[in-house]
Amino acid sequence: MIVRILGEGQLDVDDSLTSELNELDARLEAAVNAGDEATFRPVLTEMLARVRAAGTPVPADSLEASEVILPYSDASMDDVRGLLTEDGLIPG
Amino acid sequence: MSVVKRVSLIFKAKANKQLDRLEDPRETLDYSYQRQLEMLTQVRRGVADVATSRKRVELQMNTLQQQQNKLDGQARSALGAGREDLAREALTRKSALQTQLTDLQTQYQTLQADEEKLTAASQRLQSKVEAFRTQKETIKATYTAAEAQTRIGEAVTGISEEMGDVGMAVQRAQDKTAQMQARAGAIDELMASGALDDVTSQPNDDIQRELDSMGASHDVDRELARLKGELDQGEAPREIEGSASGAGGTTGNGQAGRAADQPQAGEGS
Repeated sequence: MIVRILGEGQLDVDDSLTSELNELDARLEAAVNAGDEATFRPVLTEMLARVRAAGTPVPADSLEASEVILPYSDASMDDVRGLLTEDGLIPG
Repeated sequence: MSVVKRVSLIFKAKANKQLDRLEDPRETLDYSYQRQLEMLTQVRRGVADVATSRKRVELQMNTLQQQQNKLDGQARSALGAGREDLAREALTRKSALQTQLTDLQTQYQTLQADEEKLTAASQRLQSKVEAFRTQKETIKATYTAAEAQTRIGEAVTGISEEMGDVGMAVQRAQDKTAQMQARAGAIDELMASGALDDVTSQPNDDIQRELDSMGASHDVDRELARLKGELDQGEAPREIEGSASGAGGTTGNGQAGRAADQPQAGEGS
């Protein structure tokens, strides 16, 4: 599947990583909902590291949309909340 | 995938809004392409802004570095002249500057990383815009409005995601650059206001003044010693001896007088 890390571009990641990413994603959501910075930061860092390690960069001229979009590496919890609303951080 | 799926859904929703905006989907292609070109301009400007900010921090770092080197030199001179108190003062000021310098170094690294990221983003977008343009022409030439819809949807969704990403990256870089410029401006103001004069080595600061005056008296000592040496080798040492002590008397400088009496000590210091 195609995964985008915001600010870094798209990576092609094997589907076998899906369950691991799902698990990390659930922890990320719980941390954001609880306002738990101590959990949020390491989980986000781990997620990005896993995708970077497992993924191969998508050619720059590909116009394919991503299945999954991950926040940028220095995103705060507020930033992530902003990414989850239509009037939030994403322009357009 | 709760968080990450939702993020990508919002990106898609934004792309769909763009697709729904115009009656003829082929017009969407041109409209989207225009926006892509605008975004390219914007991201390139962003790269230039970050580079300007980085260069400014670099200049400030150089200035502080020079001041540190100067204080270091002063500490050496002071120690050489047996003034440990002055040397200590110079080193204290040097270490105070280090805090500012470390802060600037961190800023510099952040700006450098931002510049690299934004440059890469600009190149990625450039490649995608070129790919989009090719596809746009193909779609317009090959398909009727109705047939083209799906393909247009794919192309626009893909590039609109990139645009959203790049747009956010530019915004973040601009926010950070603005913050850093404010801090850099504050340091510039401090330098201009003279508030940093206490810790930086201005040409006429007190450490330098003391060193200068010490240097001046040493110069006098050396000069006297040299004259005395010359005259000692001359033919009329007595007259010269008399004029040398006379010179010491007229300057009223005790050190100079001592130096005239003890030329070797004066030269050694």
